[in-house]
Amino acid sequence: MTADLFAYEFLRNAVFASLLASIACGIIGSYVVVKKIGFISGGIAHTAFGGIGLGYYLGINPLFGVIPFSLFAAVAIGLLSRKARVAEDTAIGAFWAVGMAAGVILIGLTPGYAPNLFSYLFGNILTVPADDLWMIVILDFCIAALTWLFSKEFLAISFDEEYAEVSGVKTTLFYLLLLCLIALTVVILMRVVGIVLVIALLTIPAAIARLFCRSLGAMMLLATMLSALFSLAGLWVSYQLDLASGAAIIVLAGSAFLLVHTARFVIASVRGR
Amino acid sequence: MNHEVIRCEGLCVELGGVAVLRDLSFSVDEGDFLAVVGPNGGGKTTLLRVLLGLQKPSSGSVSVFGAEPGNTPGRTGYVPQRLFFDRDFPLSVMDAVLMGRIALKTPFQRYSKADREAAAEALRTVGLSSLANRRIGALSGGELQRTLIARALAGEPELLLLDEPTASVDPEMKTTIYDLLDRLRKSMTILLVTHDTGTVSRFVSRVLCLNCSMVQREAPSSFPGGRAVEQVYPYPVDLLVHHADRGLQPTSKP
Repeated sequence: MTADLFAYEFLRNAVFASLLASIACGIIGSYVVVKKIGFISGGIAHTAFGGIGLGYYLGINPLFGVIPFSLFAAVAIGLLSRKARVAEDTAIGAFWAVGMAAGVILIGLTPGYAPNLFSYLFGNILTVPADDLWMIVILDFCIAALTWLFSKEFLAISFDEEYAEVSGVKTTLFYLLLLCLIALTVVILMRVVGIVLVIALLTIPAAIARLFCRSLGAMMLLATMLSALFSLAGLWVSYQLDLASGAAIIVLAGSAFLLVHTARFVIASVRGR
Repeated sequence: MNHEVIRCEGLCVELGGVAVLRDLSFSVDEGDFLAVVGPNGGGKTTLLRVLLGLQKPSSGSVSVFGAEPGNTPGRTGYVPQRLFFDRDFPLSVMDAVLMGRIALKTPFQRYSKADREAAAEALRTVGLSSLANRRIGALSGGELQRTLIARALAGEPELLLLDEPTASVDPEMKTTIYDLLDRLRKSMTILLVTHDTGTVSRFVSRVLCLNCSMVQREAPSSFPGGRAVEQVYPYPVDLLVHHADRGLQPTSKP
């Protein structure tokens, strides 16, 4: 594969996309895990499918449809559950399904065949064009910069939201901003593992990292490295065995997750004896 | 000179159509150490939430430092009853206490050396300096409670609001926490919600008995017999009455 890496642009792009996506994944995945908002993230990701439909329908790069659509989904789910007294899981469930339905309808309305629809659902890192790489770089930069600027607010609302509120932090505003950053991360990860599988890459590397870290910053760093490891290893496996790349990445990450937790359980029970 | 820190007039709070607080009027002056006692459902925590600006009153007026509640976060410290958090949260005790400084910072600002020193000082005050680098999930109940007090102290508040700080700790830790509050009262106004009707009268300057509407006692010296407390608690209450000249005298309602 190493020789092919230099020979084929699509392989180089795939490696770059894996590494770049891991940055957003490690940073935002850590918040998703410590604030326990994995289900919301899944809701935003699936709603984003409507954005892909919109992109097809308008005949533009689907990513340009997905970005506004997923940001809208993030703000709408967040506001509905915070302000309109709708139970959070109800709001998520409704958006989840309606977003997908909107996508299917819009794609159906588009004349002709939608060729790489499957790759948005389950990812195909081997088809990432150079233009999309630049978009991922820009989104990564936005995510990292905003996280750095508001790290103390994000930490405060993740750890103890009520205390943050009485300390004068605009908690709803920062919560919505965090959901928007999740939406942008979903857009990035969509290329790598697809809408359906996003949630695993947002949670698994961070969940493993949390076991070994004493600060959120360290957790982000380790989660980024783990995410890069899983993505590159998954890419290699999919290339060698001719498997779907997104699915290979997720199965690898899931296996590692299972392994770490089994090891932890065994060590704990051995010590307990 | 005594400044008024809290003023409530005709405060009513309804939650889901049920009156939790009815026509409550009281004030707290600078330097007061006020205990709010009363049975569960008596509105103690609701009163704290109103003072913190988390709950809007249905009618009546409340002011904290002469402003609407919630508008002076930098002057008010809050110690919640119990923090339900993920034991695996990757956070050190020091970083948790540092969050007590957030009210003094604007967005974009990062914690400075001065913030870290204030947090370290707060940890010293509660006697937890040695645990500064420990993961917060590894603390015992009493250590966590003192960490929460340190977090509130790190912001150098003028008013400290505590919600049952001794609810989940053993008797020895209870004494430690009350001794700590007794030291703190010299430098700040304290309002304490508690069930410790016995212990509390030894330390506080005033007791507010809350059961929807309220009975107020000006000073613990007028506590004998504990009629006020008995009126608000629907069950027998053990009271330790302190007479300035005779020391402790246990009394209990038959």
